[in-house]
Amino acid sequence: MVSAVFHNPLGTAEPVIDVPATDLAVSPTPARRSVKKPTPAAVASKPQLDLTWLWLGCLPPLLGLGLLVLLWELVSMGTAASIPSPKDTLVQAISLFSDPFYNNGPNDQGIGWNIYSSLKRVAVGFGLAAVVGIPVGFAIGRFSFLSRMFNPLISLLRPVSPLAWLPIGLLVFKGANPAAIWTIFICSIWPMIINTAVGVQRVPQDYMNVARVLNLSEWKIVTKILFPAVLPYMLTGVRLAVGTAWLVIVAAEMLTGGVGIGFWVWDEWNNLNVKNIIIAIFVIGLVGLILEYILIKIATAFTFEEVKN
Amino acid sequence: MHTSLSTKYIEIQGVEQTFKTKKGPFCALKDIDLTVAKGEFVALIGHSGCGKSTLLNLLAGLTTPTEGTLLCANREISGPGPERAVVFQNHSLLPWLTCYENVYLAVERVFSKTDNKTQLKERTDAALTMVGLTAAAQKRPGEISGGMKQRVGIARALSMQPKVLLLDEPFGALDALTRAKLQDELLQIVATTQSTVVMVTHDVDEAVLLSDKIVMMTNGPSATIGEVLEVKLARPRNRVALAESSQYLGYRKAVIDFLYTRQSHVEKTA
Repeated sequence: MVSAVFHNPLGTAEPVIDVPATDLAVSPTPARRSVKKPTPAAVASKPQLDLTWLWLGCLPPLLGLGLLVLLWELVSMGTAASIPSPKDTLVQAISLFSDPFYNNGPNDQGIGWNIYSSLKRVAVGFGLAAVVGIPVGFAIGRFSFLSRMFNPLISLLRPVSPLAWLPIGLLVFKGANPAAIWTIFICSIWPMIINTAVGVQRVPQDYMNVARVLNLSEWKIVTKILFPAVLPYMLTGVRLAVGTAWLVIVAAEMLTGGVGIGFWVWDEWNNLNVKNIIIAIFVIGLVGLILEYILIKIATAFTFEEVKN
Repeated sequence: MHTSLSTKYIEIQGVEQTFKTKKGPFCALKDIDLTVAKGEFVALIGHSGCGKSTLLNLLAGLTTPTEGTLLCANREISGPGPERAVVFQNHSLLPWLTCYENVYLAVERVFSKTDNKTQLKERTDAALTMVGLTAAAQKRPGEISGGMKQRVGIARALSMQPKVLLLDEPFGALDALTRAKLQDELLQIVATTQSTVVMVTHDVDEAVLLSDKIVMMTNGPSATIGEVLEVKLARPRNRVALAESSQYLGYRKAVIDFLYTRQSHVEKTA
């Protein structure tokens, strides 16, 4: 079941998304969909590659994970189980995930609801940031006047910790939820503006010369040249933004309360339920990993380098 | 050759090009006067940095001259346009479009007002057929060889049915055998389309084999036209037969003599 994850950094962590990959690699010729490149390669070299794969692809991540569990166990023993042992935590996790979507009022909801609320906030804040940031990035990249105008502002505001914006959000929007979304918005907008602008500035002059010789309309320039050329940069910005947003949401929710994985961590701390805190840490890590993985996949699908394919 | 247009299709009058640099103005071209007749094949040859490409960019309209005027069909060249198609040195195909789409982009731009979709498609196919790339039409530039990319670039330029074809060292990045093959193809295509061509090159054989007129440029800065050589070799030209022709060797000698004896040193001052 875990067999197809070997080439990506996910290691053994996430059985959910590797299911299609497993299909491709194991079944000899699935022949649905247009046959993708990895399929023939994987099938052809399967017999001899298996061992190297086991050595290089599977064993080291497992060892790393094993080391973590071992250290954890030692710490747990050393602190006389005030840090719960891996086994206890696992038992707790299983019971927790057996009913992720219960709802006993706003302060006691299943872990599924908490993750969902956090993701929803990230999605809204991040989506707004993309809607504003990407066009702004295009404009700044295209016109050097705007670039000179906004660069000092960006340089000044970008290093500010997103949480410093939370009070402003609370003041302006008079609510915890919009304030959290505002914080996500502010932290995800900078990478998107900057990367999009850099992407636009780095569109090869050759392509722009083609546009000029063909006398393409501004619409064609944007859709056929600028957008495809900038897309890889833009997606890098998006990836950085999502990473930061997911970092920030936990902290923001700790401060604002409500339903969400960050608030849940804080709540469990008040209940002195350390097992749940550790579970939350793993869940946060895993969700971040999945977000990153999805965006990397999207980015590679849209990157057209000369050598690619 | 019955109107003045056919002898003076492109006119370059007293063109000077100066670039602003950190060390002050740099004069790349000076006192350029040249006429190109309709259907004529002109090669610009000279050492690196002598402003050949600068002159071509001026003809393309990608840059504007500091002094003087450039006319094409009696109209001043004020900017780039599809009637003066450029084949760039590095092919400049858009890597996210297939070969077909790269050519279609140009065809669509020029003919979408007069032609319907089927005709546009036919034009694109015809251009790709002309350069022998029908089979690779659906491939992306990253999947084909350098020679094929350059042929797509030529197909894209020709598909617009330009009045003037501008070639900026089109075969410079290719190996000798591929280059010879593409030169032969270009000779055939130009014979069929009767295009007016201006080509930048640093290859003496290429210049003699392809052109009606070789414009030899002096070394920069302030480069100008040193000499113009009329190549009166009969067409169609065959590279194998010409290799032993004394006429061909004579032209070749004249160009080499200019480049390596009279313009060999880069210390010339204006």
